[in-house]
Amino acid sequence: MSKTDEKPLKKVCIICAKGTIEDVYATLVLANGAVMEGIEARVFFTFFGLDAITKSQMKKLHTATVGNPALRMPGGIPFPSLLGILPGVEAGVSAMMKSQMEKLDIPPVDEFLEMITAGGGEIYACKLAMDMFKLKKEDLWEGVSGVLTVGEFYGMCGGENTQIIFT
Amino acid sequence: MAEKVIAGKTVQVNDEGYFTDPSQWTKEMAAEMAKEYGIELTDKHYQVIDFLRERYLAGEALTIRRVGNSGIVDIKGLYQLFPGGPLKISSKLAGIPKPASCV
Repeated sequence: MSKTDEKPLKKVCIICAKGTIEDVYATLVLANGAVMEGIEARVFFTFFGLDAITKSQMKKLHTATVGNPALRMPGGIPFPSLLGILPGVEAGVSAMMKSQMEKLDIPPVDEFLEMITAGGGEIYACKLAMDMFKLKKEDLWEGVSGVLTVGEFYGMCGGENTQIIFT
Repeated sequence: MAEKVIAGKTVQVNDEGYFTDPSQWTKEMAAEMAKEYGIELTDKHYQVIDFLRERYLAGEALTIRRVGNSGIVDIKGLYQLFPGGPLKISSKLAGIPKPASCV
């Protein structure tokens, strides 16, 4: 099939179940990139991914300094796991990641979510995970469009040329 | 690379229709290209276009966030000005290359 026969993507439904900086940003970059291309985007945050849209947590995301074999020091030396367990190290590494992203004009989580919704993207929270973590709608970022069951979310993922992405 | 006649003048564009030489661009060309997208250019559109050209020629990487912080228009407004491609369509109309940014 040649490229000209391909039908362009119309909608992406993205599911984020993890709450580390890299998992959340992968989700946000994909969603924002979609709306910038005129592709509809719906994002479903579940389990630890809920941290990204919980007011008290969204500014405090971390990247794991233990059990993260891809983490390296500046210069490329592997980051020693034993160093990662020291108090403050994970916070320091996370702050450094965020400052590196800011240099590339990648915004903080709340601003990024605003950019996505400004472009018509929709943000949803998982009902089951909310119940599990004892979260209420008021605990969530104001721009969240709703709290859904997985069935309701799937109900929004129909239509031609729609893809579901699990980050 | 291809040649295209826009507003009565021949310009160099790439296969996606982006200018390869921003100095060939004129305001009249922007207005004519905008019609292909069903957009009637207003002062606000031109302010965004001027901003993009100025920043591009200054060697900066363009993002919608930067346009949103320019004081000209917020990001929601930018989507309304250039529906379906806030940075892509505005860059094309501004006669600058397609932005290589993911944000």
